[in-house]
Amino acid sequence: MFDIISFIPRAVVQGIPLLLGSTGETLTEKSGNLNLGIPGIMYVGAISGVIGSFFYEQAHGADLNSLVAILIPISCCLLGSLLMGLLYCFLTVTLRANQNVTGLALTTFGVGFGNFFGGSLIKLSGSELPSIILTQTSNCFRRSLPIAEKLGWFGKLFLSYGFLTYVAVIIALAAAYVLRHTRTGLHLRAVGENPNTADAAGINVIRYKYAATCIGSMIAGLGGLYYVMDYASGVWANNAFGDRGWLAIALVIFTVWRPNVGVLASFLFGGLYIVHMYIPSGMNLAVKELYKMAPYVVTIIVLVLSSMRNKRENQPPASLGLAYFREER
Amino acid sequence: MDNKIPAVQMRDITKRFGSVLANDKVWLNIYRGEILALLGENGSGKTTLMNMLSGIYFPDEGTIAIDGKEVVIRSPKDAFDLGIGMIHQHFKLVDVLTAAENIVLGLPGKLDLKAAAEKIRGICSAYGFEVDPDQKIYDMSVSQKQTVEIVKVLYRGADILILDEPTAVLTPQETEKLFAVLRNMRNDGKAVVIITHKMHEVEELSDRVAVLRHGQFIGDMPTAKTSAQEMTNMMVGHPVVLNIKRPEPVNPRPRIEVEGLTVRSIDGYLKLEDVSFTAYSGEILGIAGISGSGQKELLESIAGLQPVEAGSICYIEDDGRREQLLGKDPLSIAQMGVSLSFVPEDRLGMGLVGNMDLADNMMLRSFRSGKSMFTDRKTPHTLAETVVHDLEVSTPSVSTPVRRLSGGNVQKVLVGREISSAPTVLLTAYAVRGLDINSSYTIYDLINRQKEQGVAVIYVGEDLDVLLELADRILVLCGGKVSGIVPGRGAKKRDVGLMMTKLGGKSDE
Repeated sequence: MFDIISFIPRAVVQGIPLLLGSTGETLTEKSGNLNLGIPGIMYVGAISGVIGSFFYEQAHGADLNSLVAILIPISCCLLGSLLMGLLYCFLTVTLRANQNVTGLALTTFGVGFGNFFGGSLIKLSGSELPSIILTQTSNCFRRSLPIAEKLGWFGKLFLSYGFLTYVAVIIALAAAYVLRHTRTGLHLRAVGENPNTADAAGINVIRYKYAATCIGSMIAGLGGLYYVMDYASGVWANNAFGDRGWLAIALVIFTVWRPNVGVLASFLFGGLYIVHMYIPSGMNLAVKELYKMAPYVVTIIVLVLSSMRNKRENQPPASLGLAYFREER
Repeated sequence: MDNKIPAVQMRDITKRFGSVLANDKVWLNIYRGEILALLGENGSGKTTLMNMLSGIYFPDEGTIAIDGKEVVIRSPKDAFDLGIGMIHQHFKLVDVLTAAENIVLGLPGKLDLKAAAEKIRGICSAYGFEVDPDQKIYDMSVSQKQTVEIVKVLYRGADILILDEPTAVLTPQETEKLFAVLRNMRNDGKAVVIITHKMHEVEELSDRVAVLRHGQFIGDMPTAKTSAQEMTNMMVGHPVVLNIKRPEPVNPRPRIEVEGLTVRSIDGYLKLEDVSFTAYSGEILGIAGISGSGQKELLESIAGLQPVEAGSICYIEDDGRREQLLGKDPLSIAQMGVSLSFVPEDRLGMGLVGNMDLADNMMLRSFRSGKSMFTDRKTPHTLAETVVHDLEVSTPSVSTPVRRLSGGNVQKVLVGREISSAPTVLLTAYAVRGLDINSSYTIYDLINRQKEQGVAVIYVGEDLDVLLELADRILVLCGGKVSGIVPGRGAKKRDVGLMMTKLGGKSDE
């Protein structure tokens, strides 16, 4: 029987890294930057956090201060992904390099960076297994409200998650509000749609592009950290993050650039990602592989539908992927 | 006027783009309560000069003073703060945003669209505009978009307004409305600068004219004390004859016969309905009509680019053989000698590839010819040089990407290429859109030469005065239907104008 009560929380934790990644990428794309480096940035975010908490755990052993244990990896993660975002901006905005190439290069770089330092830490820890285990830090991240257990299915569905889960949802909703209802959001949308116009209207295009891309990178980086600390219970293994970064970018298209839609859509994607474990397929592994395709198939269908409906509001930002130079004629 | 402090004083302004000197030590004064017309040929640096005033470009040398005080304008924001607002030729609007959102774009403070809408309505009623603050830009007509642009500038409290070719895309009625508004602003004490190529607009609207030529300031004078002829001579630098030849058609034969042509757009709107006419060789058939009345669809149907719902288009050879064009692909139609030079609003949209250089763009027409598997690059290169020379295209070289040329020069390249293919039918739309007077006359000349060689020319134009002087017959479109076909000789502007707005042209009285 399909166990919906255990399926949904797993879909949610599976979805949160995607939600953070796609919120970050949406903000970035709204500024006209197509950052295909998101998978790499999430990777760097994750490993930076892991490095921070690894040394903290090494230094303090058993008596961790849980607040510090949370703050250190988060600051490291934000710093790591911020640097990646800055690098992307410097290349594409200041030097006006091709965004696709830069993004793909950052992804390759980020994955390599993660695996290199991941491998180094594994050596340092002297562990038998090819992984770093940060159970204590992870426990701080995964701590949920004590009342969750007592509330039966309600508690399990809504209250059983670590704090970062709620932070992710709040960030997504806040991003949607900022984009829709504030002057900053209006300016950002204008920059992504038509930087010439935005510039002529006195908006600092370069600053908006930098800010949106860097903030977006930091949000996406948190997605990587969430994956390690919450979803994977503090276990870092090289390449375990998989293709989630690309799925986050697919999610941006799926949600037609709306972070608030992303909240539910990410849970749906999370569900689709693990649905193969819940649908009995017997010994036939090929069928399982077909189920794993589900999120991508759904994205393609949405792409087809949204381009068929051809509503102007549902199209990508008009200048997405283009470098801006004021005196270009 | 001499003892007044100018609102804007530009001194010794110089601006270079690479090796091209766009402005060379230009002096310009702009006064309040006055409409100044800035004249110059394409590429003479008018737009560049004004862009420096509005903060888009930064001058390499020279100073700008506002109300006698020297200022530095580093960005559009600086310009707004000084009360300078520019309405660009290509509208600076974000399509997916509403009018109100576009108008408040870039302003500081909390986002309050309701209050903004209120203020917009206030401005509209003060000057006689019609703008719906909640309408999306992509739903608007060209003239509505322009109105939004003007309101945007006024909303920011600008009192120095610059308009770059504002009438290029407007109908005569819309132009009248715009001029009324501009006069209101002048009487309100604002300084207005208008860049235009249309002499009769300069004479009708402006108080003073300033002329630029090849980036240099030539002179300024009160409009009342000068004439179209003198202004043109100053712009061009040598005397120019300002009338269009219209030789009698020699030995006209039917060339293209269109019957009952009906075309629907993708969204199902009727764009052309039951259009029938014959175009003769050695004749210019002018097509008049408010923009969007089906001109584009008509030309594209003939060129084979537009799916047709009903009707027939026959190509008639010299010996009387008839050939149905419908159902043929554009390539074989083009090989029969039908040539389309369509200058769309954005100029580069159809026909030329912006990132390719002049020679390569010439090759777009010829790359299929020849047997070798390699393309022939030499002929297009020579052709490009010929076009540059004959049409006086101002470009650093024939290997410059087309998008770097100014609008008028881009157009010359396009028209030059189409004519060079020695067509039997020449379809041309808005061939002189945005061109200065000298280049326009070059183009009219070219078209006339084609006509004398027995080419059937179908000329879609927007300047009625020119159509009346150039075309042998004028077909007037109104909402996709033929409102009438009148002989070009002796046709009255008023009558044609009425036919454009009303089928048959009969007024209600």
